[in-house]
Amino acid sequence: MRELAEGLTPPVAAPTWRGRLSVLRQILFRDWSTGVGVTVIALFILIAALAPVLMSHDPWMINHRPNGSIARLDAPSRAHLLGTTDLGRDIFSQVIVGARAALLVGFLAALMTTVVGTTVALVAGFFGGWVDDVLMRIVDVAYAIPFIPFVIVLVSLLRPSIWNVIIAIGLLFWRSPARVIRAQVLSLKERPYIKAARVAGAGPWRIIFQHIAPNILPLAMLYMSIEVGWAIITESSVSFLGLGDPLVISWGTMLNLAFTTGAMQRAWWWVLPPGVSIILLVVAAFLVGRGVEEYANPRLRGEI
Amino acid sequence: MPVRYLLRRLVQVILTLWLVATIVFLMFRLIPGDPTSALIDPTFPATLRAEILRRFGLDRPLHEQYLSFLSHAVRGDFGYSFYYSQPVESIIGDMVINTVLLALATFVLTYLLGIAGGVLLAWKRGTLVDTAGSLVPLVFRAAPVFWTGMLVLMVFSYRLDWFPHAGLRTPGYVAASLWDKYASADFLHHLFLPAVVSTLYYMGFPMLLVRNSVLSNFGEEYVEFARARGMSEARVMFRHVLRNALLPVVTSAATFLGLALGGQIIVEYTFSWPGLGREIVMATQRRDYPVAQAMFLLLAVGIGVMNLLVDLLYGYLDPRVRLR
Repeated sequence: MRELAEGLTPPVAAPTWRGRLSVLRQILFRDWSTGVGVTVIALFILIAALAPVLMSHDPWMINHRPNGSIARLDAPSRAHLLGTTDLGRDIFSQVIVGARAALLVGFLAALMTTVVGTTVALVAGFFGGWVDDVLMRIVDVAYAIPFIPFVIVLVSLLRPSIWNVIIAIGLLFWRSPARVIRAQVLSLKERPYIKAARVAGAGPWRIIFQHIAPNILPLAMLYMSIEVGWAIITESSVSFLGLGDPLVISWGTMLNLAFTTGAMQRAWWWVLPPGVSIILLVVAAFLVGRGVEEYANPRLRGEI
Repeated sequence: MPVRYLLRRLVQVILTLWLVATIVFLMFRLIPGDPTSALIDPTFPATLRAEILRRFGLDRPLHEQYLSFLSHAVRGDFGYSFYYSQPVESIIGDMVINTVLLALATFVLTYLLGIAGGVLLAWKRGTLVDTAGSLVPLVFRAAPVFWTGMLVLMVFSYRLDWFPHAGLRTPGYVAASLWDKYASADFLHHLFLPAVVSTLYYMGFPMLLVRNSVLSNFGEEYVEFARARGMSEARVMFRHVLRNALLPVVTSAATFLGLALGGQIIVEYTFSWPGLGREIVMATQRRDYPVAQAMFLLLAVGIGVMNLLVDLLYGYLDPRVRLR
């Protein structure tokens, strides 16, 4: 009934930021899979924050066996919950502290790309004309650049560091939200309440940020959660290829060492934990994205 | 096929590639870190250093370097590799073939299995098969492809010793002919693991697409009509629904090929597959910039051409899409 009534009342008032943000809670806990996603992400944030307490060893420390020899590639035991690396470093502690790099890259890169992509989309879609043409041609070029090679080359030229990985991701990944959200802006700007705002004398920036942006929020959130996942995968891939920050322990650099030292042939305890952590975090981000998508796209709500 | 549309798209692709080439050129020239450091030993006397810079044309002003880079690249001349001490184009040939073969194998497997899986999920919609089947691709999508590769290597190569862990062929294998080089059992044996691993990664994409596309077609009137005529459910699915549902899958192939070509780097690196992607990684590690540049541009050309092809194919398959 409520939907029906909504459809009948003339949509004059634009949704406000406050209204949209209260909706956020409904989105994040709308069904069990989204709830699981949010919970897993929250857990990882907790792990990253409490890393110093949770770690059993210094992740860089070279550990020794009781007999004094270096604990090279020890299998999981009471002393080392997830075993050790070829240099005798504690894998459990490395996995814990690796959550920090993953979350940092994931959220920062996603935030950057979403903000840039959404802004480009709002400006291009709203102003149209040559502004739109120029911006969309730039998006086309960004799509024509092979992504992983770009990140690899840029990171290696700028010296491997976690910040350069974030920058490299940020330079290209804004392309997909820009393209998709622009299409949404194009349809939104023809709505009656936008015309009403214009007649009432609202300037273009006011219309963009007060009236159009709140409606874009679910879609922007969808892209943000997807890009959190992609950014984490990208960081781990780049690190795996040997271009990770040598001073930061990330799940990707752990796997790189397990691979290049050849320890993966038997040390499953070095390969499984970082990979499983990546999957958990990325699946969680995708699940949240799916929940947001079902909210943002009413056609999907009716199905299944 | 409208010629004007073809021309316009062609010009667009060329313009985009020109911009990408410019970005590549600038990236390698303007970024901190001397690109000549790989080439020139700091102990070299200044005259020798100047001579090397002159021979590679690195002493000229930037705009001259840019023009000569473009004019040579257009002719397929990418300069001289610092590492191999050979012209870049002479080392590229085999790598292009290797990359394309792996990408094609992945493409065929991905779409065969993806479409089959999507139909299955749509068929069993709302059941446990559907729920579980929708989650599996999500997990493979989230698993970094190198990690899946490592697991597969650990199990099937190191433990069970069923498949080789690296390369194209068994060392010492001499192919009798070009045909034998790629159609041999030995080559396919090496191709299997990398192709399967990348398929697992990409498969979810066409699978969920087919599922949703089939489901949305089920609501159409022509399906009701076909059922009303007493057709079996299988006939409705394969004769009518699937034909229409495959359209978005065809366009998605553009995105897929772009992704696969660019993303194949990681699979190639994991399985030591001597293709373009692995070479980019090796070349950047060796600071062999002419090679890295060339590989980068080749991948961009590959992506551009694929996108163009699929656009044309789409216009041909769906008459409702008018090419202008």
